[in-house]
Amino acid sequence: MSVAVQVEDVSKRFRLYKEKMTSLKERVIHFGKVPFEEFWALSDINIEVQEGETLGLIGHNGSGKSTLLKCIAGILLPTSGEIKVRGRVAAMLELGAGFHPELSGRDNIYLNASLLGMPKKEIDRRFDDIVDFSELGGFIENQVKFYSSGMYTRLGFAVAVNMDPDVLLIDEVLAVGDENFQRKCLDKVNSFQKEGRTIVFVSHSVDLVRAVCDRAYVLDHSKVVGGGPTAEAIGILRDYQLKGSGLNHDPNLPELIDLTTDDSAGLAQKQQNPPALITSMSLLLPDPSRGYAAPNEVISLDLRYECTTPQEVLVGVEITDVRGELVFSATSEDLGFGSYSLYGQGEFVVKLGPMPLLDGVFSLAASLYQVPGGARIDWRSIEQAFKIVNPTKCNGMVALPVSILQESGS
Amino acid sequence: MLSEQGGFEAEDGTAISKRRTSGQLTVVKPKMSLSRRVTNTYKYRDLLFSLIGKEISVKYKNSALGILWSMLNPAMYILIYFLVFQKVLKNGVPDYAIFLPSGLLVWNLFQTSISSATTAVVDNAGLVKKVSFPREILALASVGAAFVFFLFQAIVLVIFMIIFRVLPTWGYLWLVPIAMIALLVFASALAVFLSAVNVYLRDTRHLVEVLLVAWFWGTPVVYPYMELAVPINKLGLLWVYLLNPVVTPVVTFQRALYGKVSPLSSNAAHVIIKILPTAGPGWYLTHLLITIVVGLVLFVGALYVFGRLEGNFVEEL
Repeated sequence: MSVAVQVEDVSKRFRLYKEKMTSLKERVIHFGKVPFEEFWALSDINIEVQEGETLGLIGHNGSGKSTLLKCIAGILLPTSGEIKVRGRVAAMLELGAGFHPELSGRDNIYLNASLLGMPKKEIDRRFDDIVDFSELGGFIENQVKFYSSGMYTRLGFAVAVNMDPDVLLIDEVLAVGDENFQRKCLDKVNSFQKEGRTIVFVSHSVDLVRAVCDRAYVLDHSKVVGGGPTAEAIGILRDYQLKGSGLNHDPNLPELIDLTTDDSAGLAQKQQNPPALITSMSLLLPDPSRGYAAPNEVISLDLRYECTTPQEVLVGVEITDVRGELVFSATSEDLGFGSYSLYGQGEFVVKLGPMPLLDGVFSLAASLYQVPGGARIDWRSIEQAFKIVNPTKCNGMVALPVSILQESGS
Repeated sequence: MLSEQGGFEAEDGTAISKRRTSGQLTVVKPKMSLSRRVTNTYKYRDLLFSLIGKEISVKYKNSALGILWSMLNPAMYILIYFLVFQKVLKNGVPDYAIFLPSGLLVWNLFQTSISSATTAVVDNAGLVKKVSFPREILALASVGAAFVFFLFQAIVLVIFMIIFRVLPTWGYLWLVPIAMIALLVFASALAVFLSAVNVYLRDTRHLVEVLLVAWFWGTPVVYPYMELAVPINKLGLLWVYLLNPVVTPVVTFQRALYGKVSPLSSNAAHVIIKILPTAGPGWYLTHLLITIVVGLVLFVGALYVFGRLEGNFVEEL
């Protein structure tokens, strides 16, 4: 197998201007030197993509994965290093980029395909295929400005896939469009894979990457921090999510080695001189050395409290995913354990599981509620408390035990 | 981005079916050599025509008169200049209605090319950010579109020539295509250069607009060439005048289409006025060839500058 895409020591520097100074006057005032900060979007990237392979690039927002894809596509030129791509490249960064609203679908096919580097003779030959794939039929003669966004996207995708690319670069575009269209796109990607074409795929959606890619690289803060078979790479990505890396995370988050936290935002909501306090909260994974849990393993939560006056409480737990969506929430009463009488110091051990979650990083919160009344006395949370790594090829949110039996047809 | 020869599968349909044999190798590097840049741009020539077609069909889309507007505009100019210079100021140039458009159309081509090319890259920011193609094509397409409009406007001139019963000077007509090439080469060089500079210095477009006004009056369009050439020649500075690369193509067009070198003036005085140089075709040819050579050198230089500036386009837009 030969190498289809070779990225060698590629670095890309962006200059961030404090103000955009593009007028002559401003340049003159600053003697041509405009103050800027340097920002390395990519540093010393080395990547190889084998021919016929589908490679995923995953990472947080701002990790550099889209910049890398743009460099491979030749839209951005690297500051240093070199990228070699064997075969015809088609980049799908934005479907229908370059469509002109005033032109008809037909004219736009010609314009867009020639932008992608296809000579006119070849467009003539593929024109019917493109129209078929786009399912636009007679609308092809209408001006694109009258198209629905779905029609627009379909036409853009139709042009790109009919380029007959050897190397296809895809950035998030599969995330748009309705389900039928996504299904169609994925089918096309699958048939490209069967035909032995090379695909480089950038996505936020870990599920899509798992479904599509053979191998993946993880980017974090402009560097490649790991790579390997998709499941392994996703595990590495999860580690970085746990460490609170990436731009979409708060750098002031507590260290996760010490799983106890002191949520300052939560403190503000706490009552003055509460009758009962959670003093610490820690998690125990089934195999602490591994750093993550597998689906259907039991995670225990250790909750210490201190209570100066006797108090009747309910214990509540809440699990949320990285997007903040609620995964599970219940109090001890809901769970049938009733309430507890607290006085002095003590501890609760909460067994969570077998955890029927398939994959992801989850946050955990514990609360004490007053009885009677139900007012929340105290609560603690651990952001990104634990991660669950899915060793299987299954996709989705829950670890559902499934068995399939074939009944004989008689 | 560049592509080596041989990988250009589209030339023969057979290479498509056995896709894997494609030996096309694309290398993305911080810099690209000039020769590669030129071959790569040539590979995208179909895009050039697509973009020109787009410019033209978009410009007059949804307008009732369509492309006719591109002819009405210069017709109005000609009418007004004709009234002002011929009827009010009585400059005495006979058949001024032919003299004026034969130079004005050439100037319009130059001016439209330059001013639209200057903003070509900035106006197409959406494309530049999302699609990989040789970006200098955007500037060249502006020149190409201006050339197509020029051809339409030439119809106006032909109509005027028929009305005024003026025949072209056959012995000089063969110089017209050469003059056209000279002007297009020079305009392309300037277009490529300015389109890149304008990405970094957005003032460029305004500066260009202002300079083009001065440039217009430094070119013998409204007034005859000899009117300025004679006094300047006495100072020994004729070469400064000829340094303006638009002068020779304009004068060539006037010589071939208007043709009156030193006729009797049309106003009351009836004296001989000098309009065009008395030189033969050789003089024109030499000057046009010099313009072409200089234009080509500038074009290569412009491509080089464009290549240096292109690397940071996406960030600047």
